[in-house]
Amino acid sequence: MSDIEVKVKEIMQDALGKLESVKEMDALNEIRVNFLGKKGVLTSVMKSMKDVAPEDRPKVGKWVNEAREAIESRLENVKTVLENEIQDRKLKAEAIDVTLPATEKMMGHRHPNTIALEEVERIFVGMGYEVIEGPEIEFDEYNFTKLNIPADHPAKDEQDTFYITKDILLRTQTSPVQARVMEKGHLPIRMISPGRVFRSDEVDATHSPSFHQIEGLVIDKNVTFADLKGTLDVFAKELFGPETKTKFRPHHFPFTEPSAEVDVSCFKCGGKGCRFCKGEGWIEILGCGMVHPHVLEMCGIDPKEYQGFAFGVGLERIALLKYEIDDMRLLYENDIRFLNQF
Amino acid sequence: MNTSLSWIKRYVPDLDVDVKTYCDAMTLSGTKVEGAQCLDANLDKIVVGEVLTCEAHPDSDHLHVCMVNVGGEEPIQIVCGAPNVAVGQKVPVVLDGGRVDGTHAGGAAEGGVAIKKGKLRGVESNGMICSIEELGSSHEFFPEADPEGIYVFPADTEVGADAVEVLGLHDAVIEYEVTSNRVDCYSVIGIAREAAATFDKPFYPPVIKETGNSEDVNDYISVEVKDQDLCPRFCARVIKNVKIGPSPKWMQRCLASNGIRPINNIVDITNYIMEEYGQPMHAYDYATIAGQKIVVKRAEDGQTFVTLDGQERKLDHDMLMINDGEKAVGLAGIMGGENSMITEDATTVLFEAACFNGTNVRLSAKRVGLQTDASGKFDKGLDANTTLEAINRACQLVEEFGCGEVVGGIVDVHGELPVPKQVPFNKDEINRLLGTDFDEQMMIDIFKKVDLSYDAATGMVTVPTWRQDVLRPCDLAEEVARFYGYDKIPTTLPSGAATAGRLQFDQRLNEIARQVAEDNGFSQAYCYSFESPKVFNKLMLAEDDTLRNAIEIMNPLGEDYSIMRTTSMNGILTSLGLNSSRRNKNVRLYEMGNVYLPKALPLTELPDERMKLTLGFYGEGDFFDMKGILEMLIAKLGLSKRASYEVGELKPYLHPGRQAVMLYEGKEIGFLGEVHPKVRKTYGIQERALVAVLDMPTIETFATFNRKYAGVAKFPAVSRDISILVPHDVTNGQIEGVIFQRGGKLLESCRLFDIYEGAPVQEGYKSMAYSLSFRHSEKTLEEADITAVMKKILNGLEGLGISMRS
Repeated sequence: MSDIEVKVKEIMQDALGKLESVKEMDALNEIRVNFLGKKGVLTSVMKSMKDVAPEDRPKVGKWVNEAREAIESRLENVKTVLENEIQDRKLKAEAIDVTLPATEKMMGHRHPNTIALEEVERIFVGMGYEVIEGPEIEFDEYNFTKLNIPADHPAKDEQDTFYITKDILLRTQTSPVQARVMEKGHLPIRMISPGRVFRSDEVDATHSPSFHQIEGLVIDKNVTFADLKGTLDVFAKELFGPETKTKFRPHHFPFTEPSAEVDVSCFKCGGKGCRFCKGEGWIEILGCGMVHPHVLEMCGIDPKEYQGFAFGVGLERIALLKYEIDDMRLLYENDIRFLNQF
Repeated sequence: MNTSLSWIKRYVPDLDVDVKTYCDAMTLSGTKVEGAQCLDANLDKIVVGEVLTCEAHPDSDHLHVCMVNVGGEEPIQIVCGAPNVAVGQKVPVVLDGGRVDGTHAGGAAEGGVAIKKGKLRGVESNGMICSIEELGSSHEFFPEADPEGIYVFPADTEVGADAVEVLGLHDAVIEYEVTSNRVDCYSVIGIAREAAATFDKPFYPPVIKETGNSEDVNDYISVEVKDQDLCPRFCARVIKNVKIGPSPKWMQRCLASNGIRPINNIVDITNYIMEEYGQPMHAYDYATIAGQKIVVKRAEDGQTFVTLDGQERKLDHDMLMINDGEKAVGLAGIMGGENSMITEDATTVLFEAACFNGTNVRLSAKRVGLQTDASGKFDKGLDANTTLEAINRACQLVEEFGCGEVVGGIVDVHGELPVPKQVPFNKDEINRLLGTDFDEQMMIDIFKKVDLSYDAATGMVTVPTWRQDVLRPCDLAEEVARFYGYDKIPTTLPSGAATAGRLQFDQRLNEIARQVAEDNGFSQAYCYSFESPKVFNKLMLAEDDTLRNAIEIMNPLGEDYSIMRTTSMNGILTSLGLNSSRRNKNVRLYEMGNVYLPKALPLTELPDERMKLTLGFYGEGDFFDMKGILEMLIAKLGLSKRASYEVGELKPYLHPGRQAVMLYEGKEIGFLGEVHPKVRKTYGIQERALVAVLDMPTIETFATFNRKYAGVAKFPAVSRDISILVPHDVTNGQIEGVIFQRGGKLLESCRLFDIYEGAPVQEGYKSMAYSLSFRHSEKTLEEADITAVMKKILNGLEGLGISMRS
């Protein structure tokens, strides 16, 4: 072994030994400079190459390169370790108390009426219903006459209806939209029509002179009372939960025949009877029926060919029930402490 | 309509069901039960006792110590506080361990009051002698009861018998909700017919016998109906030798269960008939009828009349009156006159049963302000065929009770009477409507139960005239469905062609608007559509402001709800004010609702209903926050270009220096501004408040969601900052206008990043700094390109009196 080879090996051992114990990035860099830098010891070996016999030079070059590679490789390893350590220390120092309060964001809340309406819309749109709205200020003819409510019907009493003129009024129901859509004559029809309606009721916990209904109408060649039952059963289960049962009771509406009122099993007690359903186990939620043939005739539809069903739901009733709101006035006060709960 | 179960059973004697079963089944067959009250629910161990001895209590000045025979081996001792207790009385006695309904003071206690033996002031008492109130009724419905004391039975009552039974209180009063089409069910007979059909039991309506002596009623009275359109039928009979007295107990119990106070036999009979047949009657004291004559005709306008409640009523020509030969004696279908009412002295009575036009009775009753039991029956529109049967039934009861001598014959004035309708019956049509597969016989059997008879030869169902609701095949379908059971009809979903479920475009826009508003911290408010006309003054609108052209409601609930709103401002400000007064911090509200703009007043066509998105807040944020929200809104609503703003015509309810209208492609789409301090104060908003309104129909005309990918810029942008000296009155809007116009296609964006007024900037000027960014879509911009466009921009700005700051 020549002197040079011994020297190179010594240098290498020295460097690797120093790298063993290095703890800081600065020390690491110092080692890099001292051994591998332009004035480093290994570099100086290369610089002394001129003193080596030409035939030995390749050998010496190889020794030096091997040593350089070994040192560089170890240096990189140590550097990675050191970097990780430094990163870990930094992250540790940056740790925060994650339970400190969040930055408050202003968050808007949707009105419970709208939430309930959107839920109803989702159910029916999913079943292929179009959502069609109609005017809130309406002709008497659409609100009453075309719905089989003739001129002397008690429901037309001024007691219940707000009139603008003899022929124009604030609609008392969303049903006039039925007549408007049927008149257009695009059959079949599957639609719901949500909207604001007006009745001359004084404001109290359960009444408001202005509230909302959702009308439904399906007209096709073979739509039956059984289909009405099935449709509203699906609706009730979607809205109030899969365990919900429906009960259809005979009733009377001038624009449907046969007609029914629909109760749903109390979603609070499941039908056993509780304070919420006043011990009945059932809660009335809507009115419905098969569209009266005279209504179809008045709207230019041949009842021999087409038939269908209609239903009407009180939106506030759904909202009050679903969200357990005990006073209807809260819906129109717009106190943010109320709205924030939805 | 209230009636007792026992009254129903008078016509359906085989009805043998408990109250709950009865109520549930009736509701499901279409006669909805609203409630049921079992009269004996709280009555236990109550028997008829006989007071054997009655002595003063040694330690009390009002209690008595009685020995009472209650049918047991030994009499029992009871301490009784009633002033009317006396030896020999038959009385209701609740025994030890029994229960009564309420206390002596009246008023039912929940679950009743338990009675136990004990000592009253040292004397043993083994029960209680009851008043009628303690038994859950009242002196009103038991007129023979002493209002101050215990109830006393007739002397022949059996001792030890069930006192509740003797009083007729083992019964339930059922309250029905009768629908307006079922006029026949505003009668006990009508409900009994439904009950019989529901439970498939035979129905026994009253059997009416021939009544009357050999005299002729026409010798007593003649009837002339001058307005037959308002009075299709008028029947009159006369009763002489009337003996006024109490009616039988069973009739009193029937009337009481319907909430009618027993008065005397004649009045009770007329009330009984009113409930039994749904046909109101009237009894006149014949002695007061002048000229032996009744004339039915319209009242004169302005005529007055004293009804039997002593009130003077003002009449008009659309009200129908019953007159005798000289004077008015009754307001037809509503109430009789004070001048002809039955008194204790009446000896001859004129019975009236008539059919009046229901609508006319309803409207008359409303105008005269007098709703009575009778008008409530008439206004449904009665069947003229029932009239005759009802008056004959009344006379039959008079004879049965022996309370008068019925004069032979009847005066019956009528026009054409209703005849039974024929409705075509086809089982397939009914099955097609119901979605069922019933056979024909099953349907015919159901019809038979409610007296609808089918004739196979004609294929027609004959409908009795009392069933005014059965007119068409769909009505027959209802009969089938309700007696088969709605609950048993199958449950299916509509078949047929699929339809696309969807929201309309405007509804989708509303949905987006709601979402953006909420994302920005606004909560949704709901406001009324009608308001007070005072709102316009609160908003400080000028007298000639077009917003004052509001649609008025003819019959509002009050001035506060009398006009349809033309602006959404009042709603949002009222809501902010409410929150402010309740010290809620940082309130942000939005509302989506219509305003109603008349095309002309008074209204001849429907008004323009315009959906407005209204935003309002107080607390954190300023004008420019609101502006930013509006810009986000229109961007999300599919308006992809830049909106511009101008001060526009000043809105008086906004701060004159802090308001703007928002324009899109030169068209006004909305406005925003700070609420005028005076208006804010009027509404009780404590802090500065900002409002904004977007007109959704206008937005809709611009909204489009047709997006096309335009590629990502391949060449670098170059930016230039400029600092300029701007005359005070020149607005950012003007500057941006020039910059964008002059910048042309190369200008990608322009952002104001500094604005400063005051020293060292010279007076009357402000310093503004903009960062401009340029980009060419097909090449890298050269210095020369930028210089050229910047020069154009600066030249343009010079036109506004703007110079570069050095």
